Amino acid sequence: MKNNLTARTVIIVVTILICVFGIIDFPKSGADLVKNFKDNIRLGLDLKGGTHLVLEIQVQDAVKADADQTAEHLKEDLKKQNIAWNSMDTPDVRVGHVEDADNVAIAIKGIPATQSSAFRGIVSERYTTYILTALNSTDYSMRLKPTDLNDLKVDTVKRSVDTIGNRIDQLGLAEKSVQQYGKAGSKFEVLVQLPGVDDPARARELIGTAAVLEICDVKEGPFPSREGALAQKGGILPMGTKLVRSKPRGAQDGEQWFLVAKTPVITGREMRNARPGQDEFRKWETNFSLSQDGGRRFGRYTEANIGNKLAVVLDNQIVSVATIQSKIEDSGRITGLGSEEESVDLSRYLRSGSLPAGVQYNEERSIGPSLGADSIHAGLVAGIAGLLAVIAVMLIYYKRSGVNAVLALALNTVILLAAVSYFHAVLTLPGIAGIILTIGMAVDSNVLIFERIREELRSGKSVIAAVDNGFSKAWWTIVDTHVTTMVSCAFLFLFGEGPVRGFAVTLVIGLAANVFTAVFVSQTIFGYELAGRRQLTELSI
Amino acid sequence: MELFKNTNYDFLGKKWPFIIASLVLTVAGGVSILMQGGLKFGIDFKGGTLMTVKFSAKPPLEQIRTAFARSGMIKGEVSVQSFTDPGTQNEVEIGTELVNERQLSANRQSMEEVLAATFAQPGSGKLDLNGASKDTLASRLRDPLARNNVAMAEPQLQKVVADILDFRDTPPRSGLVTDFSQLSSLPGINAGIMSTLKQECYLAPYTVKKTEMVGPKVGAELRNKAVLATLYALAGMLAYIAFRFEWIYGLAAVIAVFHDTLITIGLFSIFHEEISMTVIAALLTLVGYSMNDTIVIFDRIRENLKIMRREPLESLMNKSVNQTLSRTIMSAGLTFLTVVALFIWGGPVLHTFSFALVCGITVGTYSSVFIASPIVLFWHNYTDGRKRTAPVLAAAARTDAARKSPSKAVK
Repeated sequence: MKNNLTARTVIIVVTILICVFGIIDFPKSGADLVKNFKDNIRLGLDLKGGTHLVLEIQVQDAVKADADQTAEHLKEDLKKQNIAWNSMDTPDVRVGHVEDADNVAIAIKGIPATQSSAFRGIVSERYTTYILTALNSTDYSMRLKPTDLNDLKVDTVKRSVDTIGNRIDQLGLAEKSVQQYGKAGSKFEVLVQLPGVDDPARARELIGTAAVLEICDVKEGPFPSREGALAQKGGILPMGTKLVRSKPRGAQDGEQWFLVAKTPVITGREMRNARPGQDEFRKWETNFSLSQDGGRRFGRYTEANIGNKLAVVLDNQIVSVATIQSKIEDSGRITGLGSEEESVDLSRYLRSGSLPAGVQYNEERSIGPSLGADSIHAGLVAGIAGLLAVIAVMLIYYKRSGVNAVLALALNTVILLAAVSYFHAVLTLPGIAGIILTIGMAVDSNVLIFERIREELRSGKSVIAAVDNGFSKAWWTIVDTHVTTMVSCAFLFLFGEGPVRGFAVTLVIGLAANVFTAVFVSQTIFGYELAGRRQLTELSI
Repeated sequence: MELFKNTNYDFLGKKWPFIIASLVLTVAGGVSILMQGGLKFGIDFKGGTLMTVKFSAKPPLEQIRTAFARSGMIKGEVSVQSFTDPGTQNEVEIGTELVNERQLSANRQSMEEVLAATFAQPGSGKLDLNGASKDTLASRLRDPLARNNVAMAEPQLQKVVADILDFRDTPPRSGLVTDFSQLSSLPGINAGIMSTLKQECYLAPYTVKKTEMVGPKVGAELRNKAVLATLYALAGMLAYIAFRFEWIYGLAAVIAVFHDTLITIGLFSIFHEEISMTVIAALLTLVGYSMNDTIVIFDRIRENLKIMRREPLESLMNKSVNQTLSRTIMSAGLTFLTVVALFIWGGPVLHTFSFALVCGITVGTYSSVFIASPIVLFWHNYTDGRKRTAPVLAAAARTDAARKSPSKAVK
């Protein structure tokens, strides 16, 4: 028994050391201790303050953009082969309706029956991701193959995650996370967590604006207002155009409206790089470069449209209108920007990639730092109060054995904190509640054992036998009770999120640690108390 | 000190008053829910925008309501209520109802603007210190400090700004500085900095502590998840207990736990408390806890079935409950102590969570004794009774029943 006891003590001491190290490393001073503690125990958003966002990527935008681009390419191809057509349209997609992505199809009308086989040949050869369906002898519908549609959606979300991640980097946060949320392929949500951000408006600004970049052909403008523009056009806009507002800049308070082509010449997908710079007159401009494909198309367009205007449209607002001076291939400049800040901002938006699709905020929670501090304070007060109450009761009711229970409880809490630190789990306010609840439940195990020991003593057993029996008979009950609570925590973890998960995690760790402390450690302590005193007939319990 | 030595209460004999009490409570809860037109869901499940705003003095609810009503920028109903929790003072919850996701975002913006227009000084050109972030405050102070000839290196500026904001955010200020003189005690603040502060900043009488916006899609999802989690947890436990004991014990435990959950939700309705995701967490914990209690009693019944083979089931159960009474009361009492501490001191965020646990632990302990065991008793009486009345297998059945019932419960 003595060797056994020594071995057990060694295990317990080693455990304590590992745990303490996990929580506070090797502190060299009091301030160091606090700092290490703060570094090791990561606080959740609700304790530290911060922002939690769930964005839905409007994948239908990307699908429509792809369809539009394909339609443009097809028009060029048909022209080359001298195949006539009447019209080629893609339906509009609505904001907030990702299911619209499945309905995007290019409607091609008016292919002469004589040229239909040539037409089909072109489509099947050069547009392998699309399926062509004939509606009648002259009209067709083209839509993406299901696997390609799915790939596009998944890819759009992935690129959005990357872009948003890049943008958030500007905030200089040490800890942040941007990740895909929900089942890939059927849900298109992104979860952004920004702990410690005390300016949620700025975070939203960085992420949310400049969702979609387009460079569009300007047909007419500027108009002083939307109504004025409509009035001039007789109430109806020409086909394939839209009215877009120009962002008011600085001193120029009034807004301006332009009539631009609906289908952009270049989208953000073709943008490769962008830098702020100054031209020969020290006026700010943004230099950009395009992909090869984009460059070729841009070159053809600018060559054919010298003297016309084009507009850089960001999130359906015009940021600048420029006149095409010459053919621009794969690199160009956006001039006429008002300030350095504008040029820097614009190049940042262009460079971090525009988001391949729009975003919609589905959920947002911003917790100010003061609420976090309040919550920690409340949690600590409640925790200490609960702990003191429990300790008092245990000591009064179980006398010296109560000390045993209190030691086990202390060790339980230490192991719990250490596990939180080692697993990089995040401590949330429900997590603190979980710790407090663990205290209550941990004591339950001790109560089980002690009551059993009391019963055994009452039935006349010797102290040693009573203690041994108490532990062995209570063991399976302890296992049963812990497993059932852990089962419910497992489901909480699976179905919960954020703070609720924090609660499930701390409770499970606490319960697991409790099996060790309430049984192994308590028994060892009893072992020391009873060592070598086989004739003992009384126990302080 | 021992409170429950050798007790001998007839728990199972006197089960009817308690079962009736349970039914009455459940029905009362149900009636309350019906009368209020459903459960009171928190923003997690209901959706909408919710802003928690702290004021430096008693919040002028009427003024806030009229300001929002008049603004016309916010679609849908706006509700303004002050917090009932004693731990928080001068805090108000402003909520707008659920619309579609895009409107929610616009609503949040409008709410901030209305608050600023009513209580702040947006036109004064000064920065609101109570709403500023570290970056905005630092960039606001940098040039004026230089102009006022206050010597300040960049790291020093960052530290002073961080100190000011930390001071503002810790209790008892909790986000609101009411007077500039409160800052004078901070290290690093000299007269020059103080006068620049007063020049560039003002102190708005409110601060937004928390903003939550939940769209209809997310709200519906969370509701689903909550229900699924509860159902799966119950099923999981039923399976585990059926495996460790006998299936009727599993069923009895689940019915007892279900009864606890129903009564707790009913109490929520009666006391007008909100149900949020953290409340679901509390309910699931309570499910686990109530199971614990029930298992301890069942364990003892199983043990006694092995020892007291001739004892009729009812008196055996009674003995088992009495033997475990000490442990049951102590455990429940201790867990209750910790949960009450949470309820009193845990703050507004944990209020509904701890309320659920306080109710739940009380009901849970009671149900393990007065609901779970009687169900097993009823079932065994029923099946044993049926076996006895079957005439053909009368003799065989009787010996079968006598031999089988005690040992069937043992695994």
